[in-house]
Amino acid sequence: MASDKVLQLNDAEFDSAIGSDQPTLVDFWAPWCGPCKAIGPVVEELADEYEGKISIAKMNVDDNPVTPGKFGIRAIPTLILFKGGEVVDQITGAVGKTQLVDLINKAL
Amino acid sequence: MEKSHFELVILGAGPAGLTAGLYASRSRIDHILIEKGAPGGQVLTTDWVDNYPGFPDGISGFDLMDKMTAHAKRFDVNIMTKEVASVELSDPAVKRIVFADGSSLTCEALIICTGASPNKLGIPGEAELAGKGVSYCGTCDAPFYRNMHVAVIGGGDTAVEEADYLTRFASKVTIIHRRDELRAIKILQETAFANEKIDYIWNSRVTSIEGDKEVERLQLVDNDGNSSTLEVQGVFILIGITPNNEMLPLDQLKADKWGFIPTDNETLTSIPGVYAAGDIRSKLMRQVVNACGEGANSVVAAEHYLKTRSEQ
Repeated sequence: MASDKVLQLNDAEFDSAIGSDQPTLVDFWAPWCGPCKAIGPVVEELADEYEGKISIAKMNVDDNPVTPGKFGIRAIPTLILFKGGEVVDQITGAVGKTQLVDLINKAL
Repeated sequence: MEKSHFELVILGAGPAGLTAGLYASRSRIDHILIEKGAPGGQVLTTDWVDNYPGFPDGISGFDLMDKMTAHAKRFDVNIMTKEVASVELSDPAVKRIVFADGSSLTCEALIICTGASPNKLGIPGEAELAGKGVSYCGTCDAPFYRNMHVAVIGGGDTAVEEADYLTRFASKVTIIHRRDELRAIKILQETAFANEKIDYIWNSRVTSIEGDKEVERLQLVDNDGNSSTLEVQGVFILIGITPNNEMLPLDQLKADKWGFIPTDNETLTSIPGVYAAGDIRSKLMRQVVNACGEGANSVVAAEHYLKTRSEQ
């Protein structure tokens, strides 16, 4: 069940997306990555629960090589929390929802 | 109101849990299969599964688990996506599953298929550089290491298989192993030894991972105490697994010293009505093929338990 509340980002619109006033959590993923698939439903659930407080976005690193390179991403899934264009914190691996909520709370 | 009691709860939707779900739904047992993320389990990260019967050309771990999930869904397995915080087994009649959000549900029989996760080394630099050159999944992260030199730590099936996979991208892969021979199954060793991009550092341990913003080098020490440095741009830590047991009452389940759950031949744990199947179970071999078998077995055992209880 794909949530329509999750933004799909690309390299071109990335900077403007994370520069908005609302904090943004970006899930860097790729279709070949099993743990990315595992964490997918949790990210979509968060998009529903935090609607209006935080933007939840995904970026396919296969189609968008520039942004992952800029943030030194060498493992996926990596989730980076941005506020005002700056990195607040990040987490790598298929972590549980509790850890993602803890991450999000750092920007709220 | 959501239903809060089931005859059978299955924890975890890897191969064991999905097979248990398939058998439970075909047996029309009132059940729920609880999974924190998407179904599939650890196999999702396996590039190619060549030892699961019925797939003579092999199949990707991803596709195999897609098929297992679709198979269980065809028989209307009842899957819930939720993170379990704890399992309370003090009352033998009513087992309680408590979720991370504070809600809970109860059941009469429970099958534990929570699986396992990759081990960490616990050395300096590992946590700091996680995702910045430190990885636990070759199939996930290999494409980030195109034309780079990477190290693989470990000597088991996963380490050797992933080292071979990494050579599709990396220019060179160095396997670092604490013994003087690999533990991996022979056919995987043969492939690795024939691969010219793989070299080996035997009888050595990594003592720290160093780098400013990304992994730059590893500090090694051999079994005679000699130190050395290896310059690499990535390190894949593939040194076995640790059971996903943090939500379980380990004393009551008489967990072994590694935290796996012992059972009898029918997958029954030390607690009546509680079963364990798949990687979480104490056993010799952890593969998809026996996880599925145990998942099926546990449902039949649980069904028998439910039946004898209702007849009492």
